[in-house]
Amino acid sequence: MSSTVQPRGTTKIALTAHSWLVYLFFFAPIFVLIVFSFSDDRNVGRWGGFTLEWYQDFVEHSQLQNAVWVSVRVALLSTVISVVLGTLAALALERFKFRGRKVFDALLYLPIIIPDVTMAVMMLLFFAEFFDILESVFGWDAQKGLGSITISHIAFNISFVSVVVRARLAGMSEVLEEAALDLYATRWKTFRYVTFPQIVPGVAGGALLALTLSLDDVVITQFAAGPGATTLPVFVFGLIRRGVTPLINATSVLMLTASVILVALSLAFQQFSGRGGRPSLRAARQAVSAPPTTNTQIKEGIYQ
Amino acid sequence: MTMVADRPERLEEAAVATPEFEKAAERAASRRGFLLSLPAYAYLVLFFAVPLGIVMIYSFATRNRFGGTDLSGWNLDAYRKLGEPIVRDILFRSLWLAILTTLICLVVAYPFAYFIATRTPLVRNLMLVFVMIPFWTNFLVRNYAWRVLLGNDGLFTNISEALGLGERELLFTTSAVVIGLVYGFLPFMVLPLYASIERIDLSLVEASRDLYASGFQTFRRVLLPLSMPGVIAGSILVFVPSLGAYVTPEILGGAKTTLLGSYIVTQFLTARNWPVGASLSFVLMAVMLVATLVYFRTGGRNL
Repeated sequence: MSSTVQPRGTTKIALTAHSWLVYLFFFAPIFVLIVFSFSDDRNVGRWGGFTLEWYQDFVEHSQLQNAVWVSVRVALLSTVISVVLGTLAALALERFKFRGRKVFDALLYLPIIIPDVTMAVMMLLFFAEFFDILESVFGWDAQKGLGSITISHIAFNISFVSVVVRARLAGMSEVLEEAALDLYATRWKTFRYVTFPQIVPGVAGGALLALTLSLDDVVITQFAAGPGATTLPVFVFGLIRRGVTPLINATSVLMLTASVILVALSLAFQQFSGRGGRPSLRAARQAVSAPPTTNTQIKEGIYQ
Repeated sequence: MTMVADRPERLEEAAVATPEFEKAAERAASRRGFLLSLPAYAYLVLFFAVPLGIVMIYSFATRNRFGGTDLSGWNLDAYRKLGEPIVRDILFRSLWLAILTTLICLVVAYPFAYFIATRTPLVRNLMLVFVMIPFWTNFLVRNYAWRVLLGNDGLFTNISEALGLGERELLFTTSAVVIGLVYGFLPFMVLPLYASIERIDLSLVEASRDLYASGFQTFRRVLLPLSMPGVIAGSILVFVPSLGAYVTPEILGGAKTTLLGSYIVTQFLTARNWPVGASLSFVLMAVMLVATLVYFRTGGRNL
């Protein structure tokens, strides 16, 4: 190639070396973490031979197991509810003009761009006031726990689900839906047999994104959780603050594995539904076109 | 109504498509849309808008002697407190670290993104996937990985000792926090930069070189201006979450590196000064909203 665009000579060497360094920076910490989670030495960072001891510790640690189950339940419940609400919202916004549409659109974007800490504070104050009202009006002494965590997760997941489903709907022509309606299909039948099958990849992507976000969240959950129930990331966050242990290493590696499985699933699903193509490129574009600020934004792109 | 002409059975309907009929149809569609959005709408009003309003009310309230909050008698005391040296220091430190993180990301990501953009499509996609893999993984775990690396007995210390650099304690310093932030948010810079560089007609670069511009001149006068949307988008995407970061400074930073996020949390969990915490979270959100507006204005969405 004679193009001057392709870097050559020392420039090319420098750029290639730089890229390798960036990848080293990306992967070295994860690699080290995985390796040392199998190390038979209480000192994290010193190799003491292979062991599965820490993983066994994880299985036997009752508090961790508790937290895992809270996490799973919150994730599943918040995903199901936010997928339903988010998909309906996406349909309304993409297919109908209605009063208050603009306000709703803005309200739907806010949970995506709001800082985690601000949303956490919102949840803390809200539940403080809300439970006061419940107590004084209904005499119900509610406590923060599974319910309040789930409510807060749905509050941010609806938005992410609707963004993903909307992207799918926006790229879909309305011609088929119009044809169905012209052929005297009812609104419901049109949705059930025409619209829904087409947006399934979007809905599934949204669901996987919601699952991931719910399983990842620390800050908001920490403020919505009570003494009764904490999720795995919040529990681990508390452990990390007290120091590094091989048990945390093992737990981290398992959490890492869980998120990789979720992503692999979503990629597989995209391939399966024949819309795979070039996920990475689309993800890159999506990362640019979605509103900024959460560390989940790139994931959002992946699931498109 | 051109479609109707091909379908005689619809002619009858077309005949009744008077303005009144169309208005009624519009109203029906409007009602349908509203009903569809209603569950999510109601949910977000109750569990998002109302909480936001409560935070606003608290930010104008006063902390009483018992660590509780008096909601009567609104005032700006909590906002006035933001001017106090302690809070101001924390605000400036957070701002400085966020700017530093953004600059480092920019310098590291630009050549990397350019290199990716000039590869063949296959290599390009592969490289992009490998940018994203680390970011599919749990944010907490990624920060924790650095804690293991930089820790007392971590690999980093061992290597630096082996190299004869002496025992270098990085953990719990500002450097550690910056490393963690750069690690967490670098892809936010790489991806928009890549997207904007990939769009540039690279024959312009060729033309510049043909006309005897040096490599640096070409970068300065051709590449950089053309990739400006990516630079701005990436900078905002890195700057904004860095400013509100909580998990990273908590795990990698020390007592001397308290940042805005941690300070807000402290106001709620230990200091029990809810009005100050509420006003700070409001300021943080305001910065976020302004940045988002800038992002949309500069065409971040249409990149």
